Amino acid sequence: MTTTTAPTPPVVSERPEFRLIRAVARKEISEAVKSKWFWLWALAFAGLAAILASSALPGSQVAGFGSFGRTAASLVALAQIIIPLMGLTLGAYSLAGQKESGALRFLLSHPISRTEAFWGTYLGLAAALFATVIGGFGLAGIITASQGGGADALSFVRIAILSWLLAISMLGVGMLISTFTKSGSAAIGVAVFAWLGLAFLGDLGVMGTAVATNMPVSALFLSAVLNPVEAFRLAALTAFSGSLDVLGPAGQYAVDTFADSLDWMLFVVVSAWVALPAAAAWWRFSHGGDV
Amino acid sequence: MITIEGLTKRYGKTAVVRDFDLDIEQGESVALWGPNGAGKTTVVRCILGLVNYEGSITVQGLDARSRGKAVRAGMGYVPQELSFYDDMRVVDLLDYSASLRGIGQERVDEVTETVGLQPHVEKRVRELSGGLKQRLGIASALLPDPPILLLDEPTSNLDAKARDAAIGILEDLRAAGRTLIVTSHHIEEVGMLVDRVVAMEEGKITVECSPSDLAEELGLRAWMHLILSNGSAAKALQVLQGKGFEAKMNSRGVLVEVSAQGKGEAVGALHEAGVDIKDLEVWR
Repeated sequence: MTTTTAPTPPVVSERPEFRLIRAVARKEISEAVKSKWFWLWALAFAGLAAILASSALPGSQVAGFGSFGRTAASLVALAQIIIPLMGLTLGAYSLAGQKESGALRFLLSHPISRTEAFWGTYLGLAAALFATVIGGFGLAGIITASQGGGADALSFVRIAILSWLLAISMLGVGMLISTFTKSGSAAIGVAVFAWLGLAFLGDLGVMGTAVATNMPVSALFLSAVLNPVEAFRLAALTAFSGSLDVLGPAGQYAVDTFADSLDWMLFVVVSAWVALPAAAAWWRFSHGGDV
Repeated sequence: MITIEGLTKRYGKTAVVRDFDLDIEQGESVALWGPNGAGKTTVVRCILGLVNYEGSITVQGLDARSRGKAVRAGMGYVPQELSFYDDMRVVDLLDYSASLRGIGQERVDEVTETVGLQPHVEKRVRELSGGLKQRLGIASALLPDPPILLLDEPTSNLDAKARDAAIGILEDLRAAGRTLIVTSHHIEEVGMLVDRVVAMEEGKITVECSPSDLAEELGLRAWMHLILSNGSAAKALQVLQGKGFEAKMNSRGVLVEVSAQGKGEAVGALHEAGVDIKDLEVWR
C-alpha cells in the first residue's frame, strides 16, 4: 500500500458544487450516446421528420398552410406524439433504473449531495434530448431549405425550441414518476400510461367534457392549456401560423382574449411545465427516500 | 472515529436495526457479522447516508446526517457486487468516480496498479470476473486514499482464488492503518481481517468480541489433515494430544481437530517438536 498512516479527509463544502453536477451530467450524456434506446429514438424522430419534410413540400397551399407551414404542422403533429414518450420514458427510467441496479447507491456513496446528483442527471438527459430534437428538426430543416421551402426559418427554430421544452417538461414529469417507483420497469409502465393520458386521453377528455357539459369557450381553452402537450401544440401553431384561428372557437377566444401576448403566454405555460415537475421531482428526491 | 448511538432503521413498521450503539477507534477493524437480514448492510447504508434513520452517527467528529458530503469524502465504500455501469470501461468508471472526488488521473493509475487492475482497464465492466469486479470496487473506494473503508460482504460471490486475493488487499489496507468496517456472514473468511466482531441478529447487537472468541462460542471447528514425513505420525499424535488437541491417526497422516483460529497453534507445536509437515488440508 502507498501509505502507512491514516490521512486526514479533505475539507468538503455541503453547498451544491457545479463541478459535481457537470460530472454527473457528462456521465449521463456519455451513457445516452452509448444507449441503443437513445439512438432508436433519435433515428426514429429524425427519420420521420425527414419523411414529413420531403413529402410536405411538393404541394403548395393546402388547408391554409404554405409548403413551410405544412412541413411545420406535420412536425408539430409528430413532435406532440413522439417527444412526450421520449422524455417521459427517459426520465422515468433514470432514477428508478439506477436505484434498481445499485448505481444510485454507488453514486451517492461519493461526496455528492442528492441535489447535485439529481440536477446532474436532469441536465445530462436534457442535453441528450436537445441533441435528439435538434437533430430531427435540423434534418427536416435542411431538406425543407434544399427544396426551397425555408422562407420562415425563425418560426422553424421557435418550434424546435418549443419541442425541446416539451421534451424536458416530460423529462421532469418522468423523473417525478421515477421518485415514486422502485424499479425501472414499473417506472416505464407508469410513464407509458402518463403518455397515453397526456397525448391522447387528455385531449379527448376535454373535447368530450366540452360537448357533454356545454363548457364555455374560456374554460375549454384553459383546460386545454393545462395539458403540457396541448399547450405545446398551441404554442407551436402560434409560432408558425401567427394565430389559432384554425382551432375554431377556442382558438378565436384565445386570440381575442390574449391578442399579441398569446405566444408569450403559451411560452410561459410550457416553461412552467418545464420548471414545476422538475422542481417537484428534485424536492422528492432530495428530501428522503432510501436508496 | 465512528460513533453510532441509538441507531434505529424502520421500513414501514418493521425495525430492521434497533437501538444500535457502536464505537469504532481509528485504525480499528470491525466486522458486522450475522445471518442475512440481521441488519448489517443497513448499518453501513446509514453511515453512508443512503437511508433515513433515527439516532445519531458521528464520523471523525462530523454528523453524518447534516455533513454527509464531508463524511463521505473521508470514506471509501465497496458494494457487495458491481452489477451496474456494465457498458463502461474500467478506466471510465474509475475516472468518473475520481471526477466526483476531484481526484486526478495520476491517482487513478496508482490505484489500478495497487489492486492489480492495470491489464484490465480497457475492458468493459461486464467482461470482468467476480474477483476483478471486486477489485474494481476496492479501487474506486481507494481513490481518495480514505482513512475509513466500508466493505459490504467483500468475499461473497468470489471463488477461493479471488477471495484470497481480495483478503490480501484488505490485509494490506488494515496494516496501512485504515479503519475497516466489514459486513459478512462468513466469520471464518473475514475473521483474520478484523480486531472485533459485532454479531447481529434481527437488527440488534447480540455479542461483541474478538473473532477467535466468537469462533469458540459458535463452536466453529475444523479437522486439519496433516501429511507428515515417514515415521513421524506417532510423535505428532503424542505432541498434539499433549497440547490438549483431539487428534487421531489416519492412513496418510494425522487428523487434528482445531478451532477456526487455532490452526497455527497446532502447526506451531509440531514445528517446535521437530515434526516435519509435508502438507496439510482443512476439512470443515
